[in-house]
Amino acid sequence: MSRTIAIEVLRYGPETDAAPRWQRYDVPFTDEMSVLEGLQYIKDHLDGSLTFRWSCRMAICGSCGALVNGTPKLSCETFLRDYFPGPLRIEALSHFPIVRDLAIDQGDFLKKLEAVKPYLINPDVPAGNTFVQTPEEMDRYYQYSQCINCLLCYAACPQYGLNEKFTGPAALALLHRYNADSRDAGKAQRMEVVNAEDGVWGCTLVGYCSEVCPKGVDPARAVNQNKIESTKDYFLRFLKK
Amino acid sequence: MKRSNKPVFWALFGAGGMLSALIGPMLVFITGIAVPLDLLSRETMRYERVLALAQNGFGKLAIVAVISLFLFHGCHRMYHCLHDFGIHVGAGLKAAFHGFAAAGTLAAAYLLFLIG
Amino acid sequence: MKTYRRPMAGWWKRNPYYLWYMLREASCVFITVYALILLWGLMRLTQGEWRFEDWLESLATPKSIAFHAAALPFVLYHAWTWFKVMPKTLPYSRTPAGVIVASGITASVLCSAALFVAVWWFGLWSLP
Repeated sequence: MSRTIAIEVLRYGPETDAAPRWQRYDVPFTDEMSVLEGLQYIKDHLDGSLTFRWSCRMAICGSCGALVNGTPKLSCETFLRDYFPGPLRIEALSHFPIVRDLAIDQGDFLKKLEAVKPYLINPDVPAGNTFVQTPEEMDRYYQYSQCINCLLCYAACPQYGLNEKFTGPAALALLHRYNADSRDAGKAQRMEVVNAEDGVWGCTLVGYCSEVCPKGVDPARAVNQNKIESTKDYFLRFLKK
Repeated sequence: MKRSNKPVFWALFGAGGMLSALIGPMLVFITGIAVPLDLLSRETMRYERVLALAQNGFGKLAIVAVISLFLFHGCHRMYHCLHDFGIHVGAGLKAAFHGFAAAGTLAAAYLLFLIG
Repeated sequence: MKTYRRPMAGWWKRNPYYLWYMLREASCVFITVYALILLWGLMRLTQGEWRFEDWLESLATPKSIAFHAAALPFVLYHAWTWFKVMPKTLPYSRTPAGVIVASGITASVLCSAALFVAVWWFGLWSLP
């Protein structure tokens, strides 16, 4: 005998809707079913028009982020059994424009990502094309390299919600990931982004980004470590000249 | 992208935050609750004693540090609070809040100079 | 591409995490007002014994006690959150976050105790 959970999804179709509206579905479920599988059940059996992104089903691709009862989560690793009997409210990730239903426009994030130069910059490649790195050197950036660009941190960050120009948690964490990598020599090129008003200084350490991150990246730490870097850079720049 | 001047205010905010985190609660308790309610003797904050503190070199440093850094910490955070509530904050309000803290600092320094 | 942007008004009421953040931020009002009370006292100090006694009397009024009684939990919460967040603000180190937080809180307790002892027992005038 399977149980049934009430799922309410915030629907929005640009051709038909002036504003989003809640739509309720009654979904039979088993204990192993994720919220993503609940959405897939709705699309397959109840309402084929429901639109949502997903891919790997195992919390590594970063596609399926949504607001589940107001909390940013990956729908593939959130389980219906924990919300029974509902109503379970699913909404597109906050602070992003809704394209359709649960699909958001991530264009702004992609621009920010490009701006932080998220790749190793090093003109001096060692002999044999191989960098050598100690475990301690890797520890300095490893957690920040785990980012899957799922955007839960942007949905969590009220400063991004209040000011879209803020570079934001994931982009700044990835910036730090490269600055902290011993193989990289591009720190100077990234400092302009760090030092700007909408760089690290847009952050007030709410800290919710690190709470919701499914991969333990701790973007709050990446951003706030760079406040010290930015301050050092501000006061010591005259010594460099 | 223009370089932000935040580091100056953030450093002051941080110093004030650390000082108030270390001794803020006890200061509030002593001066605002314990002494006025005579849990600690009223003699503790008698005129002669406080005057002696304010006339001592280290005492002056302590007094101006507490007043100044608490003000810079509080004003910087209040400015950001306005932004959090959705109020548009520009250069004018930024100057007003930090200017207020600076004014308080100068006032404290001047008063301590007057005391001798 | 036509998209829908949801409003931010009242964002801090939507999640308990945000409410606690706003309470942390609100501590700044109490810290600012407290600093101004001290500044006022300093001014009264320069104006002589009677005026300073007036300031001491004003600290004993119900309004003042109420303010400081309200301020105390907020300043304590500021101190608590300041040290909880310290692992994120310090430069890279392998020290576990819990150790950093515990060190900060210990420092605060020790400083507070030292201040209390100094005020209660020795009197601050015995400084060099």
